[in-house]
Amino acid sequence: MRPFSYARPDSLDGALAELAGNQGAPDASAAPVRPVAGGTNLLDLMKADVMRPTRLVDITRLALRGITETGDGGLRLGALSTNAETAWDERVRARYPLLHKAILAGASAQLRNMATNGGNILQRTRCYYFYDTATPCNKRAPGSGCGALTGVNRIHAILGASEHCIATHPSDMAVALAALDATVRVAGPGGERAIPFADFHRLPGDTPHRETTLRPEEVVTAIDLPADNLARHSTYLKARDRASYAFALVSAAVALELEDGVVRGARLALGGVAHKPWRDRDAEALLVGKAPGRAAFAAVADAVLRDAKGHGHNTFKIGLARSVIVRAFEEAAGLEPS
Amino acid sequence: MIPIPRMPGLLEGPTTQVGKPVSRVDGRLKVTGAARYAGEHAIPGLLHGYVVSSAIAKGRVTRIDTGKAMAVPGVVHILTHENRPDLAWLDRKWKDQDAPKGSPLRPLYDANVSHSLQPVALVVAESFEAARLAARLVEVAYEAEPHQTSLLMNRDITFTPGKDKGGFEPPPAPRGDADAALAAAEVSVDLEFTQAAEYHNPIEMHASTVEYHPDGSLTIHDKTQGVLNCQSWVCGVFNLPKSSVRVLSPFVGGAFGSGLRPQHQLFLAVLAALALKRSVRVELSRPQMFSFGHRPETWQRVALGASRDGTLTALVHEAVQESSQAENYVEIVVNWSGQQYRCDNVRLDYRLSRLDVHTPLDQRAPGAATGVPALEVAMDELAWKLGMDPIQLRLKNYAEADPNTGKPFSSKELRACFRQGAERFGWPDHLPPPRSMRDGRELVGWGMAAGVWDAMQNPASAKATLGANGKLSIATASSDIGTGTYTVLAQVAAEVLGLETADVAVEIGDSSLPQAPIQGGSWTVSSVGSAVKAACDQLAKRLHALARDAEGSPLAGVGSVRFADGHVVAQDDPSRRMPIQQVMRAAGLPVLEEKALSVPYALGRLRHTLGTHSAVFVEVRVDAELGTVRVTRVVSAIAAGRIINPKTAGSQILGAVVWGVGMALEEEAMTDHTLGRVMNHDLAEYHVPVSADIPDIDVVFVEEHDEVVNALGAKGVGEIGIVGVPAAISNAIFHATGVRVRDLPITVDKIRAGLAALP
Repeated sequence: MRPFSYARPDSLDGALAELAGNQGAPDASAAPVRPVAGGTNLLDLMKADVMRPTRLVDITRLALRGITETGDGGLRLGALSTNAETAWDERVRARYPLLHKAILAGASAQLRNMATNGGNILQRTRCYYFYDTATPCNKRAPGSGCGALTGVNRIHAILGASEHCIATHPSDMAVALAALDATVRVAGPGGERAIPFADFHRLPGDTPHRETTLRPEEVVTAIDLPADNLARHSTYLKARDRASYAFALVSAAVALELEDGVVRGARLALGGVAHKPWRDRDAEALLVGKAPGRAAFAAVADAVLRDAKGHGHNTFKIGLARSVIVRAFEEAAGLEPS
Repeated sequence: MIPIPRMPGLLEGPTTQVGKPVSRVDGRLKVTGAARYAGEHAIPGLLHGYVVSSAIAKGRVTRIDTGKAMAVPGVVHILTHENRPDLAWLDRKWKDQDAPKGSPLRPLYDANVSHSLQPVALVVAESFEAARLAARLVEVAYEAEPHQTSLLMNRDITFTPGKDKGGFEPPPAPRGDADAALAAAEVSVDLEFTQAAEYHNPIEMHASTVEYHPDGSLTIHDKTQGVLNCQSWVCGVFNLPKSSVRVLSPFVGGAFGSGLRPQHQLFLAVLAALALKRSVRVELSRPQMFSFGHRPETWQRVALGASRDGTLTALVHEAVQESSQAENYVEIVVNWSGQQYRCDNVRLDYRLSRLDVHTPLDQRAPGAATGVPALEVAMDELAWKLGMDPIQLRLKNYAEADPNTGKPFSSKELRACFRQGAERFGWPDHLPPPRSMRDGRELVGWGMAAGVWDAMQNPASAKATLGANGKLSIATASSDIGTGTYTVLAQVAAEVLGLETADVAVEIGDSSLPQAPIQGGSWTVSSVGSAVKAACDQLAKRLHALARDAEGSPLAGVGSVRFADGHVVAQDDPSRRMPIQQVMRAAGLPVLEEKALSVPYALGRLRHTLGTHSAVFVEVRVDAELGTVRVTRVVSAIAAGRIINPKTAGSQILGAVVWGVGMALEEEAMTDHTLGRVMNHDLAEYHVPVSADIPDIDVVFVEEHDEVVNALGAKGVGEIGIVGVPAAISNAIFHATGVRVRDLPITVDKIRAGLAALP
């Protein structure tokens, strides 16, 4: 671990003053001054010499903890609320069971007790090459190449990848947030702004080291969940290599709004397949007006995966994603196996 | 044949301490943290070493720039091949007790790099953090050479090794004409199997703490399965007298074979301690746990021929495994196939292919855990082809004597394993056809397989010391790698002298104690347990004599005694008894000490084949659409002679079943062959089973009486638990889905490919 200095401001203004020095950094993830809360990802990456901040700003004393009503029927999840607190919050369980399920599908109980909501959506990829500093990785060392592209890529992306990076975003929680059309609230020197969840994470393109639209001098303050009618028919399904403590090979957060046996609205976000939680609103729209059923769900899957591309070890994910999407919709719709 | 005399000192039943499910005597120390592991000893002035690992798989180090690293505050020294002190140059000096034929790796010896993650420098600093930081700042330039790390690419470039490693015999000569018989067989299967390399990954990472004393002598706390092996190896490499090196390893946080050979952290810690005349600790990181031995990647072919009634007529088993460029690691793989079933035409073939990797290393049931599952899947496939129940096929070809040698088994209750295991599992008389059992979205399948492992023994010594307070101390240089050795040795000693297990203190893991072999091969109870029994037998003999001769002794003139409840008791008259403490007081002895060497019962062993056997029954559920697998039930029936402690032995089997689940479904070192490097080198991405993967496991020990294996009649259970498991799971997956995956691990992608290919 590289030497770093440490600050523990008591206020958001104090934290923003610390982060002001980051202006001009190419991405929040590579900025010299890093906020730290649970530390479950950042500290590991610092020990592995992958992340090398020179100053850590401990934000755990900031008043960013708690889950509150937004006033228009939604919920505001404090950036510093832990994943466990969020998952087990009664309002979250009742109104956003999809989020409850997705959070519990990730990590371990110990990690969820430490990890915060802000940190969860900012966690870094689990690409083997990103973690091993002796190997090429455009995300860790821009310009060094992508080892995974022609190397070991079982866990890598099939959608939205580029020749520069085929890493995936590892979060389960973020997949649910994407499906729920959450909004990320951030604070910076110019005040607060809200980023629609779909715009928060980037695709790799030729700048895979730029991961989010969070500016290096900003800090996540909360995640807002809008009111919706999705709780009844929603689920999170995660396919992985073991029953717990494994990142998704493919996961799907799905939700349906059903009225008189007809789909009025559909949501689908995929995890484990891209550099960000994957939404395809055009594909979702295919379901609207239809009766829920296997053929209709398969048509959505085909549309979502139309441009999917495998890289060898991970090619199986395309078929797996298709099965996971169909199954998740079936479960959400309450359809039993034939 | 001339009858052989009965083994002297055979433990007769009924027993009082042996056979009891005693909780492990070291358990409290371990769960409270009082047990100190190799990397946990606090020593004043301790320096910390951190290994710099090679970024390339093959080539040379051309330059090492330590400037930036040396500038880190707290860094004391950086050892490289350029500045290392003198070292032994004869290969012989670098050999350890578990070394195969060849030249052992010499870390920092020269500029050559033979495998990825090979140590190329050691940073030594006042703190671990400084050492780790500085290790990142050491700049190493390499001249890379082309490497080959893929067994499947290199499979045709092989050679046939000889008897290149202790404990492994080359395959026997062919019997009959297996290939012709196969071609002529009424029914046959001819199958290829592959298996990924697996890394041991005990939870305690390898660490050595070397205490440097002012007189230049060393006390070494090492993570090892053999303190004497490490002591003699350190003495050989560094040219030190044994009196100057003491190795301690009283607690080991799992090893599974990874601690059989001295690993490079030991070498580096000693090197630094001697160079700096300071105490030094070197502990490997989790990724560095992928820098040394592993269960080798393997390609196999198993072909079986049978007549319509299920009689095996041909058996061919060929295996190709990886070894390193410099050593011939062998685990033979195929020999059990010639031993397990009766067959007149058998050809067994074992070859090595050299890769640019670290030498592989024994891992739980080395060879058997790889070869027997291939045989047992082939037997299952043959059974389905014959339309025969898989247990019936095995019984039809049951080997009453070892077909490889013609010798009888010292004992073999495999039939009882089949019967009792099947009963506990509820194995049906007629197995429903594959892909016919469904529960909701899941396909349900049942599979079974047999297992076998050798019952070995090595010479071992132990000391037994009886105090005036009636408490007994046992001492031997053996280790306890989590298996329960402390506990079972106490039980054996208590049994012989009629004490409670709690009255026996066991001291192990110290090179200054009586000789014991490295702890592997499932031979510790057999070897060290026998030594403890022998030492206690000698004590008993002396106590008998002292009791008989004591003034006014109730045992005067008694020729035969037993020991019970802390008393010496006349065999025929329980009322004539004398407390052991009183015997010693009467003789004026404050302590009574006996040391014994136990050796294998050669006469019996030469004329028998000795082994443990198992039958494993598994239920799986496979999601018909997703292809994901759950193991939902396991019954493992084990025949391993007398079970000294059903609780610790049961835990051994449980752990081995868990590992078998991992081997079947999860464990896989994924190598980037362009880089020649294992990429999933941490426990997040190198998958072993988690609790949620593991169902209830039912362990059955069947009765087995053995008068040849050793005086305890106990065979050891360290390996047998894993052997049948991968095949039973694979067979159950076939039964559930109709899909055969002969490439371990059986991951979701392979099952999906199989499902997609079904007619």
